[in-house]
Amino acid sequence: MPFNLLKYGLSSEYPVEVDLPAPKELKSSYDVVIIGGGGHGLATAYYLSKYHGITNIAVLEKGYLGGGNTARNTAVIRSNYLTSEGVRFYAESVRMFEGLSNEFDFNIMYSHRGQLTLAHTDATVRSFRQRAEVNKHFGGRTEMIDRQQIRELVPSLNLDPGHLPVIAGLWHIDGATARHDAVAWGYAKQAAKRGVEIHQLTEVQELVIENGTITAVKTNRGTIKCGCAVQAVAGMSSQLMKKAGIRSPIQTFPLQAMVTQPFKPFLDPLVSSSALHCYVQQTSRGEVVFGGGSDPYPLLNTRSTLDLKESLLAHAIEMFPFLANAKLMRQWAGITDMTPDYSPIMGLSPVNNYYLDAGWGTWGFKATPICGKTMAELVASGGKVPELIRPFGLERFSTFQQVNEMGATAASH
Amino acid sequence: MSRLPAPMGLLIDRNQPLDFSFDGKPYQGLAGDSIASALLANGRFLLSRSFKYHRPRGPLTMAGQDANTLVQLQSEPNVLADSHLLESGVQVTGQNFNGSLDNDNDAYLGKFSKFMPVGFYYRSFYKPKGAWKLWEPIIRKKAGLGVLDLKFQPEYYDKAYLFADLAVIGAGPAGLQAALTAANAGAKVLLIEQQPVLGGSLTYARFDLEGNRAQTLRRELVDAVEGHANIRVLKKATCNAWFTDNYLPVIQNKRMYKVRATQCLIASGSFDQPVIFRNNDLPGVMLTSAAQRLMKLYAVKPGKRAVVLTGNDDGYLAALDLHDQGVEVAALVDMRNNPADRALLLALERRGIVCHLGSTVFEALHEKGMRHVSGADIRKITGLGQVASSGLVLDCDLLCMSGGYMPVYQLLCQAGGKLAYDDQLAEFTLSGLPKNLTVAGSAHGYHALDNVLADAIHAAAEIVVALNLELTSKPLATRPEAQVNFPWPIFPHPKGKDFVDFDEDLQVRDIINATKIGYRDIQLVKRYSTVGMGPSQGRHSALPTARLVAACTQRGISETGVTTARPPFEAEKLAHVAGRAFDPYRQTPMHKRHMDAGAKMMPAGIWQRPAYYGKASERDACMQAEALHVRNKVGIIDVSTLGGLDVRGPDAAELLNRLYTFAFLKQPIGRSRYALMTNEHGVVIDDGVCARFGENHFYVTATTSGVDRIYQQMLKWNAQWRLNVDIANVTAAISAVNVAGPDSRKVLEKVCQDLDLSAEGFPYLGVRQGTVAGIKTRLLRVGFVGELGYEIHVPARHALKLWDALMQAGQAFDIRPFGVEAQRLLRLEKGHVIISQDTDGMTHPAEIDMGWAVSRTKPFFVGRRSVDILEAQPQKRKLVGFTLPRVSPRPLEGHLVLSGADISGNVTSCEYSQSLDKIIGLAYAAFDQSQPGQQIPIRVEDGVIVHATVVKLPFFDPENQRQEH
Repeated sequence: MPFNLLKYGLSSEYPVEVDLPAPKELKSSYDVVIIGGGGHGLATAYYLSKYHGITNIAVLEKGYLGGGNTARNTAVIRSNYLTSEGVRFYAESVRMFEGLSNEFDFNIMYSHRGQLTLAHTDATVRSFRQRAEVNKHFGGRTEMIDRQQIRELVPSLNLDPGHLPVIAGLWHIDGATARHDAVAWGYAKQAAKRGVEIHQLTEVQELVIENGTITAVKTNRGTIKCGCAVQAVAGMSSQLMKKAGIRSPIQTFPLQAMVTQPFKPFLDPLVSSSALHCYVQQTSRGEVVFGGGSDPYPLLNTRSTLDLKESLLAHAIEMFPFLANAKLMRQWAGITDMTPDYSPIMGLSPVNNYYLDAGWGTWGFKATPICGKTMAELVASGGKVPELIRPFGLERFSTFQQVNEMGATAASH
Repeated sequence: MSRLPAPMGLLIDRNQPLDFSFDGKPYQGLAGDSIASALLANGRFLLSRSFKYHRPRGPLTMAGQDANTLVQLQSEPNVLADSHLLESGVQVTGQNFNGSLDNDNDAYLGKFSKFMPVGFYYRSFYKPKGAWKLWEPIIRKKAGLGVLDLKFQPEYYDKAYLFADLAVIGAGPAGLQAALTAANAGAKVLLIEQQPVLGGSLTYARFDLEGNRAQTLRRELVDAVEGHANIRVLKKATCNAWFTDNYLPVIQNKRMYKVRATQCLIASGSFDQPVIFRNNDLPGVMLTSAAQRLMKLYAVKPGKRAVVLTGNDDGYLAALDLHDQGVEVAALVDMRNNPADRALLLALERRGIVCHLGSTVFEALHEKGMRHVSGADIRKITGLGQVASSGLVLDCDLLCMSGGYMPVYQLLCQAGGKLAYDDQLAEFTLSGLPKNLTVAGSAHGYHALDNVLADAIHAAAEIVVALNLELTSKPLATRPEAQVNFPWPIFPHPKGKDFVDFDEDLQVRDIINATKIGYRDIQLVKRYSTVGMGPSQGRHSALPTARLVAACTQRGISETGVTTARPPFEAEKLAHVAGRAFDPYRQTPMHKRHMDAGAKMMPAGIWQRPAYYGKASERDACMQAEALHVRNKVGIIDVSTLGGLDVRGPDAAELLNRLYTFAFLKQPIGRSRYALMTNEHGVVIDDGVCARFGENHFYVTATTSGVDRIYQQMLKWNAQWRLNVDIANVTAAISAVNVAGPDSRKVLEKVCQDLDLSAEGFPYLGVRQGTVAGIKTRLLRVGFVGELGYEIHVPARHALKLWDALMQAGQAFDIRPFGVEAQRLLRLEKGHVIISQDTDGMTHPAEIDMGWAVSRTKPFFVGRRSVDILEAQPQKRKLVGFTLPRVSPRPLEGHLVLSGADISGNVTSCEYSQSLDKIIGLAYAAFDQSQPGQQIPIRVEDGVIVHATVVKLPFFDPENQRQEH
């Protein structure tokens, strides 16, 4: 039996340690105010306190800790992107994820599974090959594999769904999953230990900007002065940017996901098919999680729909016919801030001392560690943009320097 | 196997025995039994093992609302034995055990529960670094419940639509009464009931001392409902979610009805709630309503000697039921100090049943192996959750419990209803329901039968008014009623095993400890402890969790709230949601001809198209031969999948002029123009040709996969600009072939007499309407493959005739069909780009040398501003043509172009060209690599670098003489 459990079992007092300290009064002023207590905001706070000695920080969360998209995403970790900028950035994130449990002293259950993406058309094969090559160029482990190799990796997969037979796969060996909530809690626990204050049920209602510089935030619990502020509010990014008077290129779409009852393990890799708009993974609890494409129109609401569930599950059954007999337990939605080039917005904003961490679409979770680390560098340096995130600045949309991650489209002529 | 005499056993048919097996042993049940009721009738209570500690479990609700009865069928895991109808010959087994269900080798885990505190997996298994990799597979194997049959093939499931003025969810007393009231007023009512019989609580509960009321009322209501012309009843049907605007998925048998109802009334009733004490999960410990269901629905005697633990008067009535059916009631234990109705107490005493007031069961006792409850330790309650240090131990084999009721609020909360908790009544109340959604009955907080009926009439009356109908029933007044919920039915035991969540094996201290570690929000408690995340989704754990968290964090339950209820209401098979496996795809009218000619088909958007004609193993040879045949003789390709849009109206030219980059206002009739489309970012998104057939009529082609989006864009912009244009997507209505090659004119001459086909009479880029093989056609002289060629567009119904006529006419010239692969090679030789293959989400016109296709003079087209900005910036990359010797390793599409250590581009098209005897291709390269004659390094398979030569495009026939002659 692992030592920690013995410690818990034999201790008469529980808890042996506290993860999240009890709520406190707000102070009137902080060096750094981080708006949004999800994975990104908490990671930024943690790295500020760990590497930069900045601890006079308030993380403000309007709901509960990690209750936004941190709680709602399907916890896929990968770095098989299309652009050099993207691959470099996400590869560093994957590397950091691997060490988080020990760094946090809290098991995030990082589960190295590999990610398999299926190609049903030659157009997809083309774009996959490019992704594989770009990955390899930066030392990532991604390979094109054929039908036989796919069969060996996932014997239960149907390689001939309808009129879209699988012709090849993109095998991203570094693909992984982790307990998404635990990532937020791990950051929160360690940040709190270093003196960061985390305030839940604290909603930022207004930003106080004087002479183009942010000086304070007004919350439902009073006004707080701040040296600088970071916004990390996935889903509500455009709304908050509007409050800061910043024009945003973001459109927000609901993204739905669903989960079955738990079953004994049958699927190790994360499997997805862009032609079938479906991705499937089995969690460590044995539940099968499904995700698909975003809803067709913009909406700032996390309601679920029947239509999406119908088409997504029909496709899931095409991929894994035996899942017809599995039972769905829960359906939910998150809202995703989509940018025109499917890359995030990180860095400076037109408001002095106001830093942006936004536009994370459907790929925010997998970037949590590296995003927190680079945002912390940005904040600590007083606005010197780290090399790794320089391509992701907001200004790229007016200077036409976008980082296109839309992928080569799967269209054919 | 003995059953209770009638009228017990409403659902079973005593004349129809069914044989089945459980864990390999044969059993007999009756038609109408659930798997669980049949097993219980045979004295088999232990049905499953719990998720974490592998504790023995038996039925809790007998209504399909708990995870304790999850069993495995041969090809179906996680089946609820208490709601799954017994079938003859079915082989049932337990699941999630190690060894056998009766002797589970993993049951020792329960003894170590102290070492597995809440969230233990977060706090361990990761030290030293790398340890998790070893632990993870072991833990994964322990997780999960049933086993999926990977060989299972989907069965037939389908969907249907239903419409109603009013959908009533639940046919208990409230649902029946409301349906009747509304139907009498003329509303078309759809009544949806989960059980095989109507009546809800009237089928199993007792409402009066004599025990007559339920049966009489049920008969009266059901007769009226079933005979009513305005009511359609769906039995064994579950309304499994509420979606916006009363869009209701209702699952019945192997069908999902998608119901749209103007009004929806939720009369879903309430769930009996367990009491929390040590070992409250033993087989033989069940909800009071479960014992009543067993007797009344299945004629199964739930035990020989019972203890009934209650927090309201309903427990007394249940005790009378048990007594009436010959179950010895050892004691009634009432957590309150007095019943609301003292007559009940007297009635019990008259039957010799001892009542312990102000008391609770502190621990359920068991014998070795824990297979069944064997007694109850009864204690006086001394404070909130506290009991006296000693009490009375009674033997029993049945322990019924009821701490109160929780409304079945799932659908209501999915609709946006907010739950608030009334501390006085210890009851939830609902607010914030959307328009056209109403709640009635015990889901609405009414529990006395008369009040339930009155509330139903009241709700129906409002609905009738909303439907603009005339009410015919008289309203009844509701009266104050006794409280049914005991405010604190939680009695923690120092030794634990006092379960809050049966699915997840969570005890009182687990919930308390989660809050102590800092997970104080109810959602965080749920996520950290997994309470409510199991198969029963918090049916029984939500209320005690809310109570515990509120108490631990010094808040009210209204403040803490309960966890969110998400769809579906209960677990649903993927097959039900997916329905028939629809795989729509399109074939062109010539599909059969292609198949007969041995075509290998490929998907192109939603279409199927011939890739080449021949065996897959000879793909390259087939493609090369087909291409060469077009260059030397004549070929024919089916281009029906090409998008086609008819744009008509006085503003047709204006619309195209604003949508496409070229100028179209002065385009002559009888001519076509290349049409390139950019989006607002200046990115190339589609291309085609605009053929002008009249002053006000253009026929516009678009890419196969792009046409739907282009059509959508046209409609959007047309609406925004308010132009006088009519746009029709005629892609599927019009089929087309392209006849190409030096002999194509000769072929066409044989079947087309009414047009001057000479180079002067019908020049390159000309468009004509003429008769081909007796069919009225649109003809376009285009040069995608770089040869003399004609695209012939006809109504789809004539396409096969056209194909056959052209094949017939071409026989003399050795005409042969060619596929998409050959077409791609031919256009590559000509350096023509394919949008989305040779362009990506960033490509702007200058990068693909399409500056010529962008009008320099017109002030506006979609993307104009962006294109101008992009063109003013230094160009970074360019699509170039490159060649390599035939013997070189061939780059594949997607391989990278390098510039020093950096990636400067990628190969988008590449093929060996027999006409040129070279490998030719298109690739993005850095702008400073893009001059003809420069060498670009391309990294091909296995990391090999080849140095390709940049050449001027096109590769073949640079003067374009062949297509224009």
